[in-house]
Amino acid sequence: MRLLTREALLSFRRAPLLSTLSITTIAFSLFTLGLFGLVAINLREALRGIEERVEIVAFVLRGTPAETITLATQDIAAFPEVQDVSFVSEAQALERARLELVEFRDAYRDLQANPLPASMEVRMKEGFRQSASVERVAERIRGFAFVDDVRYGRDWVQRLDQLRNVTGLVGLVIGLAFAAVAVVIIGVTIRLTILQRAREISIMRLVGATNWFVRGPFLLEGALKGLLGGFLSLALCYAGFRLFRDTTGGPFAGLVFFRPEHMLVIVVFGVLLGLGGSLVSVGRHLRNV
Amino acid sequence: MIRFSHVYKSYPNGALALKDISFRVGKGEFVFLTGHSGAGKSTILKLLFAEQKPTSGEVRVSGYNVSALRVDEVPKLRRRLGIVFQDFRLLEDRTAGENIAFALEVIGARRDTIAARVTRVLTQVGLSAKSRAYPRELSGGEQQRVAIARALVNDPAILVADEPTGNLDERATRGVFQLLRDINTGGTVVVMATHDLDLVRQTPYRTIELRDGSVVYDTAVDETEATEVS
Ligand SMILES: Nc1ncnc2c1ncn2[C@@H]1O[C@H](COP(=O)(O)OP(=O)(O)O)[C@@H](O)[C@H]1O
Ligand SMILES: [Mg+2]
Repeated sequence: MRLLTREALLSFRRAPLLSTLSITTIAFSLFTLGLFGLVAINLREALRGIEERVEIVAFVLRGTPAETITLATQDIAAFPEVQDVSFVSEAQALERARLELVEFRDAYRDLQANPLPASMEVRMKEGFRQSASVERVAERIRGFAFVDDVRYGRDWVQRLDQLRNVTGLVGLVIGLAFAAVAVVIIGVTIRLTILQRAREISIMRLVGATNWFVRGPFLLEGALKGLLGGFLSLALCYAGFRLFRDTTGGPFAGLVFFRPEHMLVIVVFGVLLGLGGSLVSVGRHLRNV
Repeated sequence: MIRFSHVYKSYPNGALALKDISFRVGKGEFVFLTGHSGAGKSTILKLLFAEQKPTSGEVRVSGYNVSALRVDEVPKLRRRLGIVFQDFRLLEDRTAGENIAFALEVIGARRDTIAARVTRVLTQVGLSAKSRAYPRELSGGEQQRVAIARALVNDPAILVADEPTGNLDERATRGVFQLLRDINTGGTVVVMATHDLDLVRQTPYRTIELRDGSVVYDTAVDETEATEVS
């Protein structure tokens, strides 16, 4: 095992440039995957929050009697697509605005009359949270005479969703392209090492070294490069993440980084890339030595 | 120890290197393989250490059937053999001692035994003083002795030598040949390919002569027959 490790480490000294290149391409491949992964994760977080929030808001005309609203609320709650309906009175709306919109707190405090209308907030059942059903329910609610206006975030929910899919896809494609390049470069590095060491390898074979003993160092070398590339990509991702979050701030202050299991996946993927590249090369070139 | 039964060998390019080769080599024998260049000597040796497989027929070496050898059995067979070539095949960036130690390291020998074993075989080939010399600092004869020491370090049952004196002058040739004889005296089977007929004629050893891939003469067979006839 010690000999194996020594042989693997030796390759870094024998071909420092190519070794560095291998590690860097693996790192870039995983970095690209990682960045897009981060965007996708954060979009999903954002979407999850939105999905659970109110999906349709129906503003109620001023002076509508309470019984009318109560009846309508029960009506709407009975729609098959609807999970629940809650009524937000004018006073509650103002209270909420004061709490949520810190910037306007002073403005709201000084108000004589309450400018905010009462509303019904409709949450959709899971499985009905896509635009078609939301639109259908919204149209039906619009039919109530006392409803002034109906709003729902159909478009941008949908767009966020698309953005998430596109981001994931673009990231996957670019990341895989880099991964392919990484595999090729690792293969070339190993091929070069094999050629450099052809004599040594043929003597190892001649005196009865096992196949795994001959291959071991090359595979270890690939795996080690993958591991280093994986760590490097995490460092790059974190640097990029911090840079973005800290310079933009504001709405992006709540962005999340990878969870430990995500990081593990990235590092393991790096190791697999390195191992894959060396396996292919070893299989192809060791036979001819 | 070695048995060839009706062995044919053709290379992928179509060259028929061996035709219907049959012979046996028993314990303690010293055997010369002779014949002109291209006669098939090296091919026979390559079959012995399983670098090639016979196209048909059977090759048995030290209990292994080379014709049907699994990939993972090749190293096992090789550990029972010592192999020496005309061009020594030493690693230039390692000393004599390190070259020999390398052969033990890569088969996973216990590290604490390696130094003693290297010293023992270097002494056996008469080079105990040159352990720290690099191949380029040694004469051809000395380099071949290091290669022989490396072949011996794993206590082989059979020593396979392909033209071991082909690159050496006459004095070095005699020295290396004497060393191989001493090794044989110690009980190791030696199979040596050579086209140096002077060397062959000086000694009483069995000779298998090849021509164009066929055995044309085998001391063991032909002299027995000659005796039987007379
Ligand atoms: N690797 C090979 N590929 C194709 N033909 C080969 C190969 N090795 C040897 N031969 C052919 O096989 C025949 C025997 O070669 P070889 O065993 O090397 O003879 P020798 O060692 O007696 O000079 C020759 O005709 C040679 O050209
Ligand atoms: Mg030859």
